[in-house]
Amino acid sequence: MTFTIPIDNGDSVKTAEADSQRTLYPYVTGTSIVAIKYKDGVLMASDMGGSYGSTLRYKNIERMKAIGKHSLLGASGEISDFQEILRYLDELVLNDNMWDDGNSLGPKEVHNYLTRVMYNRRNKFNPLWNTLVLGGVKNGESYLGMVSMIGVSFEDNHVATGFGNHLARPILRDEWRADLSFEDGVKLLEKCMRVLLYRDRSAINKLQIAKITEEGVTVSQPYSLKTFWEFKAFNNPTAGAEGSW
Amino acid sequence: LQTRAPRKKKKAKMFRNQYDTDVTTWSPTGRLFQVEYAMEAVKQGSAAIGLRSRSHVVLACVNKAQSELSSHQKKIFKVDDHIGVAIAGLTADGRVLSRYMRSEAINHSFTYESPLPVGRLVVHLADKAQVCTQRSWKRPYGVGLLVGGLDESGAHLYYNCPSGNYFEYQAFAIGSRSQAAKTYLERRFESFGDSSREDLIKDAILAVRETLQGETLKSSLCTVSVLGVGEPFHFLDQETIQKVIDTFEKVAEDEEGEAGEGDAEAAAAPAEQGGGGAGDQDVAPMEM
Repeated sequence: MTFTIPIDNGDSVKTAEADSQRTLYPYVTGTSIVAIKYKDGVLMASDMGGSYGSTLRYKNIERMKAIGKHSLLGASGEISDFQEILRYLDELVLNDNMWDDGNSLGPKEVHNYLTRVMYNRRNKFNPLWNTLVLGGVKNGESYLGMVSMIGVSFEDNHVATGFGNHLARPILRDEWRADLSFEDGVKLLEKCMRVLLYRDRSAINKLQIAKITEEGVTVSQPYSLKTFWEFKAFNNPTAGAEGSW
Repeated sequence: LQTRAPRKKKKAKMFRNQYDTDVTTWSPTGRLFQVEYAMEAVKQGSAAIGLRSRSHVVLACVNKAQSELSSHQKKIFKVDDHIGVAIAGLTADGRVLSRYMRSEAINHSFTYESPLPVGRLVVHLADKAQVCTQRSWKRPYGVGLLVGGLDESGAHLYYNCPSGNYFEYQAFAIGSRSQAAKTYLERRFESFGDSSREDLIKDAILAVRETLQGETLKSSLCTVSVLGVGEPFHFLDQETIQKVIDTFEKVAEDEEGEAGEGDAEAAAAPAEQGGGGAGDQDVAPMEM
């Protein structure tokens, strides 16, 4: 799919060369992020896969990172753009720390900064091809929000990106409660991640769960979910159609 | 920087006049006279006073109109819901800097959806003032700013100088006859931290009264503004101010402060605090 964008910088024709300066398609992508607020803060889950189209190419990509003291950022979409965003935020946090004045960037500030960045890039027809999830806790208040590659931004008690929107959010709508304990929260997230593992072609069975509370951020070690494939129909799949595979 | 060679034609009346023509010339004693002259302009303006508790900041000023026919100049500005500024000196310079502060505050608010911490704003302001002390084609801003505002650690009051310095205060007064107000504040500042909002306002108005040197205090003569935790910046109306005045006007004799001459306050500015500034007839029209 190609189309021309009527951006005029004074050059008469936008050549393929100029197009290479803009993001047109994503290449190495991460799949869903699922996140919920719970009693002590925010829980976020993601798998560690980086797909190259339909190839499950990279299996050790950390798609959730701590930002400053109070925030946790998860990203789906183009991995290189996520890395670029981490560089922007690194600079932001550095400058905030250099003030050394007792004030610090909270999750709300980081979320709004990211919204500005994403929306401005979208306006220039050169998006950062990510959907970002920003969670955090500051002064006892939990915060969870999302920004898409076109700058759509909102806060909620539970969010999901990509396939998670279709597969995880219905589960969360039914089963999320404000006073979830840590164990219950993890169980809920694992339930969502299991469905995604079964149904999302780009999901892999190696995930991390991150927790952010007033104390700070912890990202778990990678682990896998137990899956069940012993359905009778899987044992002899060609039973109903001899000769097929 | 090198000092200029003394002009041969002119006879220097006072030693310092040789080195005061532009801001990028040092004097042999290591002073920038243009910057010090700018600070003089602040002392000529009509008084502005600020005080703070842990949760509130009150800014008050004296309203001086040029003549009976005209209105008085605006000297206190809202920068944002959580920051206000009172000025003394060249009010035109003050207006320009207030606009800059509003711009900084609103840009921060837009990007981060969060109020700009007042401590960071005053540093931007101070850096802006410093630039004008190091360019030959500029002059220092002739206005002193009392910036009151909130941030994560509570209420703060800062004073920004034309020199580019800034200081944090519990209470401060600038402008003409501010020494009288400062003496009053010095006696009481230790209790301001825990003061109630009402007591803070009362102390501010009393401090304004000190600068009037015997003139009867009326609500039309002063402007008072308040901001605090849970209370956005706003001006008090004349009625409210008059009510506070009425509570203490009857015991006027006890409260008379002395016009102190001593430099009791921790002044970091190289210029010394003159005793209250010149009388009104020496005030240039552009300064209020």
